[in-house]
Order: sequence, then structure tokens, then C-alpha cells
Amino acid sequence: MFSGFMVNAWIVATIVAVVGGAIGFFVVLRGSAFVAHAIPNGSFAGAAAASLIGINTIIGLGVFSVASALGIGLLSRRGRYDVATALTLVFMLGLGALFLSFSVEYAPEIYSLLFGEVLGISTNQLAPTITLAALCLAALALLYRPLLLSSILPDSAHARGIAPHTVELGFLLLVALATTMTVPVVGTALIFSLMIGPPAAARAFTTRPTTAIALSIAIALLITWAAIALSYQTNWPVGFYVGVISAMSYAAGRTWTYARRHRTARPPVRSTPPALAGITHND
Amino acid sequence: MSTEAPAAAETRETLAVEGVTVRLGGRTVLDDVSFSIRAGEFTGLIGSNGAGKTTLFRVILGLQTPLSGSVRVGGGRRSRGDLGYVPQKFLLDPDMPLRGRDLIALGLDGERLGIPLRSRERRARVQGMIDAVDAKAFADERVGRLSGGEQQRILIAHALISRPQLLLLDEPLANLDLRSAQEVVRLLSRIASDQRVAVLISAHEMNPLLPVMDRIVYLAAGRAASGTAEEVVRSEVLSDLYGHHVDVLRVHGRVLVVAGAGHDEHAEVEHADIQSAPVEIV
Amino acid sequence: MPALLAAIIEPGFFSSSSVRLALVVGALVAIVAGCVGVFTVIRGQSFAGEALGDIGATGGSSAYLAGIAPLWGFVGISVAAAGIMELIGIQRARGRDLATGIVLGAGFGLAALFLYLGTTSQSTTGATVTILFGSIFALDTATLPLVAVFGAVALATVLLLYRPLLLVSASPELAAARGLPVRVIGSLYLLAMALAVALSAVTIGAILSTALLVGPAATALHLTRRPGRAIVCAAALGIGAMWLGIVLAYDSYAWPPRHHGWPVSFFVVTLVLLAYLASRVVPTRRRGH
Repeated sequence: MFSGFMVNAWIVATIVAVVGGAIGFFVVLRGSAFVAHAIPNGSFAGAAAASLIGINTIIGLGVFSVASALGIGLLSRRGRYDVATALTLVFMLGLGALFLSFSVEYAPEIYSLLFGEVLGISTNQLAPTITLAALCLAALALLYRPLLLSSILPDSAHARGIAPHTVELGFLLLVALATTMTVPVVGTALIFSLMIGPPAAARAFTTRPTTAIALSIAIALLITWAAIALSYQTNWPVGFYVGVISAMSYAAGRTWTYARRHRTARPPVRSTPPALAGITHND
Repeated sequence: MSTEAPAAAETRETLAVEGVTVRLGGRTVLDDVSFSIRAGEFTGLIGSNGAGKTTLFRVILGLQTPLSGSVRVGGGRRSRGDLGYVPQKFLLDPDMPLRGRDLIALGLDGERLGIPLRSRERRARVQGMIDAVDAKAFADERVGRLSGGEQQRILIAHALISRPQLLLLDEPLANLDLRSAQEVVRLLSRIASDQRVAVLISAHEMNPLLPVMDRIVYLAAGRAASGTAEEVVRSEVLSDLYGHHVDVLRVHGRVLVVAGAGHDEHAEVEHADIQSAPVEIV
Repeated sequence: MPALLAAIIEPGFFSSSSVRLALVVGALVAIVAGCVGVFTVIRGQSFAGEALGDIGATGGSSAYLAGIAPLWGFVGISVAAAGIMELIGIQRARGRDLATGIVLGAGFGLAALFLYLGTTSQSTTGATVTILFGSIFALDTATLPLVAVFGAVALATVLLLYRPLLLVSASPELAAARGLPVRVIGSLYLLAMALAVALSAVTIGAILSTALLVGPAATALHLTRRPGRAIVCAAALGIGAMWLGIVLAYDSYAWPPRHHGWPVSFFVVTLVLLAYLASRVVPTRRRGH
């Protein structure tokens, strides 16, 4: 499982999990599950186009995921956000269908594009993947605070000069960037599971944002490694394992939250103690 | 903080709004509004819903460009840290992994790029702020799980920690019960005097603020009158603002503004919270 | 007019039985999807619709494995998924989207598995494409009565619940105060949505099915504020996109690069998007519709 061509898969899988888990923290924070689903699926058309013209798949993925991000960003400016996401997504998928109908190699190609392929990573894909991942993580680190503040208190952030539309567009492009490099192993259809399952689980176990990101990355790593190993053993698609195990991690998180809320005694109500009236405080 | 040297000395204006007019959707929301606030003053921006309070805040915050007029903060050009803002509406996800403490820390440098470095000084400032707003008991809980009043205190700390000259609060009393409202008002008044921050708080009900307000800006039909409560909350002044006759009644130390006879469709009635026992105000 | 038609439509169009079937089924589906879709847009449930569509692929592929018509698979799985989503039933909008995404991930993951098993066990690879992207020209005549029945059920649900649904969508609190069973109405609506999406999947594929559900409805709601008119408008737009898409796909049989036609689903989705964009460009009257 760890020999020769599988090494590439493990390396890329690790990168995928780290980037997915990190970005996923913000995806869940911003409630952007649909966007995380739409942008990778939109990039599918790009991969189809790239194989049609005969260029590197990553270029196609990149162009179309950015196009999807921009499409969603622009359409949602004055329309409903969920409608903009849905229509951008299906249009991109429709283009994908068109490109596929042009190409001769049909089913095996789309199958691995959509659902992932353990063996498909060539060594010359490693360098660009690592570079893009480093870029992505650097961008996240740089934008961490404004992104966090704008996601939680958009009005206050705006008053400090962080415009919500700019943040939204930047975030969409960041998801597009993350998508571009993470799709190859897991597949376009299910990469989003890595961006929502692990962070949703992580937030149940900690109250601090930095810990939540670290935990999200850790859970994503476990899921991805398990998916690779299982896929290698059973030949079943990686995407299947990612989707299902991510769902299980989410369920674990929710169960923990539920159990903890019902186990601990409710703390005494902290609203205004009547004795405060008339007492001056010393700071 | 402030840049240019102002002409006056200690009593320089923290906020000067001059001739601000805003038209939105064909309606004149603000009509030649002018007033000023000095350091450490507690000012109430009073007006009913739709009177233009939020719009005025947005102009002050730089989120809305007025048709005419100007806003000056600190006697010169605005810099980032000069304004603290507590919005009216905020929705904090109960599952969000963020403590009150973390949210307050974001008030220090939330707009700066890069990852915050842990430092003793940073932690001390955050703790100081937590103490100042009496949030010690819940500062380490998930901020989304706190009650509305508790969240509000966290947000006040978040706005204050960057040591602004002016603190704006958009309808902070709107959903609070009387007791909590008085608590918040006392807290803000204390902050205004202790930390020399000018506080501008908008409300549609002026009575909880009467004990602590240094000045009032009364907004009606897009026009404003400013001054002390004694100067502004008078029948002649308000009637002039509204454009029709209103009476000002004082009941048990409460103020009641009532539309005059025959002009009921624009009745400005502020319900006095008349209680059987007079509430103690410190 | 006949000359114009002849110019647009390639010969043999109306004489082809598969084309006639496609037109009829397509129109029925467009009506159901448009009608149900208006409420999807009003309620902001586009993601749920998308999820139901994608999960439908699981149903289609398992039906394919079992050797039965895909429609049964689409319907069965969509309804089951709708049930699960209701069970998880989180009220806050954000929690709901997250739960939807998780269910989608698991469901679509299963689709991946079934498609894989299907291709290995039966060594035909066309199933993936058919299920995911549709094959409206290859429909079985037996599909028509099924589409009619399921479509009628979905339509009836929405039309019967028209007023309560409007109230619940506008304000659940108000509706609850009037004694309406908010949760039940929401569940019934989700059921209707599952059916509409499943039917749409039969025509343009599981992962594109949202286009018919959301696109014409969103366009219609831009053109008019009244839900009743929006429903009629959405149905009309849906039929238009569907028929024009069928015509173009038929015409495209002679087109490059491979001279075996461009996919219907591509045309339908593109037309739906163009209609939506056009409605955005036209300035909408703000008041008094």
C-alpha cells in the first residue's frame, strides 16, 4: 500500500486534508456548505475541457473553479445567494456534460474525476500541488483575522474597513484555489465533504478557534488516510469513503454536543442580580 | 488616534456632524442634521423606528455617503481606531467555536492581516476589558450560547478595547427588559466617564437614558434638534421638528411625548414605563 | 410560421416517436418543477433541492444495479433522503445547510459506490452518464404514466397546501400562532420537492435536475411578485427551455465535433440560465405588482 505509485497518493492526500480541513473551518463558520459543494463540482467542467484540449487537468480545474467562484460572487450581488449558487453550478455541470460528449474517452475519465482515483497521481503533479497548497495556507494565515471578524460580525467588520463583499469574493476565490489542488485524489463530487464534516465535528469539541482549526485538520487527515487505505484494499471509490466517514464524524460531533448539553447541570441564570442596583463598581 | 491639532483645547469635539442630508429610495431620510459631541459625553439619539437613526450611524461610520454635509471625528480625519461600534442586530451561531474572550481580542486587531501573536500584554488588555464590563462569569463560554444581554456586553468590550474616542451603540436597549436596560445604561455611563469615551446610543425610548444623558439628539421626520434634555424635550422644539403640534408631559419623572389633537396619524407616543413603585436610579 | 419552424427544426423531428415522448414528458416535468420550484426559491431551499437531486443519482444507480427503471430509483431515494433530512431537521438556516451538505456527502458517496458496482458487474459504462446527465431521447414509453402520476402527486401537494405553505414560508411563527402544523407542512413540501427533482432527473440527469426546479422559478419571481403568477410563469419558462432544448439537441445531430448530437441537458440548463440573466437585466418594478 505504501510502495511506488501509492506514495504520491499519500502525499497528495495529506495535502488535500490539511487544506480542506483548514478552509473548511471558515466554510462552516460562514455557513457556506452549498458553495463548498458548488465550486468543486463546477470545476469538473474544466477538467473535462482540459482533457479535451489535451492540457494539464489542474489548469482546467483552476480556471473553472475560479469561474464558478466569480459566477457565484457576481450573480449573488443582487439575486438570492442560494439561487445564484445553484444556477452557476448547474451551468458549469452542463458545460461539463457538453465537453464530455465531445471527447472520445467517456466514462472512466468522468468517473475518476467525479469520485476520485487513488492511482491517478503522477509525480509531475506533486510540485504544483504543494506550491498551490502552500499559497492557499499562506493566504489563510494572512487573512485569518479579517476573515474571522467579518464572518462573525459583518457590520462591525465593515465599520473597521473590512467590506463584506470583498471578503465574500476573496473567500470564494480561496475555496476555488483549495478546490483546484484537492480534487485529484478525492474527486470533485465529494471534496466538499472534507470541508464540512471535519470542521463541523471539531467545533463540537472545543471553544477556541485556533484549536478548532487544528482539530479540523486532524480529523480531515484521519478521514483521508482511512479513505485511501480502504479504497486501496477494496477498490471502491475514494469519494465514497470520504463522504460516508465525514458524515460519521459530523454525527459524532453532534452526539457529543447533545450529550454534553444534557449531561451538565444548567448554570444558574446570570442575568442582573438585583443587589447591583445602587452599588458602584471599582474597576 | 486624532491627527490635526484642534483649535479648542480640552473641550474639542469628538464628533461633529454638519448639515448631513441623505436621500434613500426617493425619501429624504436625513435633512440637514447637525450636532456635535464632546469627549466623555453621553448622548442619546432618540427617534422612532424609521426616523433615520441607523442611517445616521451609517453616515458616521462611513458606510453611507451623504448627499451633502460632513462628519468629522476627533477634530480631524478619521483613523481606524477612533470609532467603536456595537450593531443592533448580530446573530452568533451557538455552535461556533469562539469564546467571548476571543471575540473581545478580535476587537484589538481584527482587521490586521496575519495570525495574532500571543502576548502577555494582549491577554492583560483583554482581561481588563472583561472586568470592565463585568463579563468574568461568562467570558470563557461559547459566545453564541450566551444570553442576549451577555452577548451585548461582550460586544461592548469588543468595541471598547481599541480605545476609541467615540462609541456608537445602535438600539442596545431595544430587546432588553427594564432591569437589564438600566444595567446597560449604568455600565455605559460609567465607561463614558471612566474612560473618557464619548458614547452615542440610539433608542426609540428616551426614558431609561434620562438619568445619564448629557445631551440628546432628537430625530423626527429626518430633522434633528440637539442640546440638553431640558432644552430639547419641550413642546415648542418638538412641535417644530415634527411639523405638527406635540405635547410633552412629565409623569413621575418620566417623559411622555404625545401628538396634539387632530394629528393622530403621525402620533408620536412613547409609552412611559409607569410602575407602581418608583424605580431607584443611581 | 411553418416556414420558420422548418428553418429551426431539422426534418424528421415530429415523426420521431422518441422526440414526441421527450416533448410530452419534458413538458410535464417542467410544469411540476416550475410549480414546486417557486416555493423552493421563496423558502431558500435551493441547496436541499440540489442535494435531493444528487442523492437521486444513488437511487438511479441502485435501480440500474437492480435492473429496474431508473425513475423508481430516483423517486425512492429522493423521498427517503427527504425523510432523513426532515428527521435531522435543524431549524436554523445555517445548521440546516450543514446537515444538508452532510447528508448529500453520504448519499452521493453511496452513488459513487453503486455506480462503481454497476460498472464492474455489468460492464456497461453508459449508466454513469445517463443517470448523472440524463437521456431524454432514450426514455421508455412506460415512463410517461409514471411521470404523470408522480407529477400529479407533487402538484396536488403544493396546490392543496398553497396558502398554508405561503404563510409558513413567510413566517413560521405567524403560521404556528394560527395553529398550522409548521413541521408537517415543511415535510410535505420536502416530499413534493423530492418528487419534482426525481422527475427532473429523468429528463436532464440527477446532478442537473436543480436547473428546472430553481431556474424558471427564480426568473419568474423576478418578473412578478405574486406567487400565483410566478407559478404559471415558471411553468411556461420551463416548458420553453425544455422544448427549445429538445429542438436544439435534435438539430445538433449534424454538428461537430462528433456528429452525434450535443446533450439536451446542456441546452436546457444554458437556456434556463440565460432566461434568469435576462430577467436580471430587465429592471424589475419595485412596487405595486
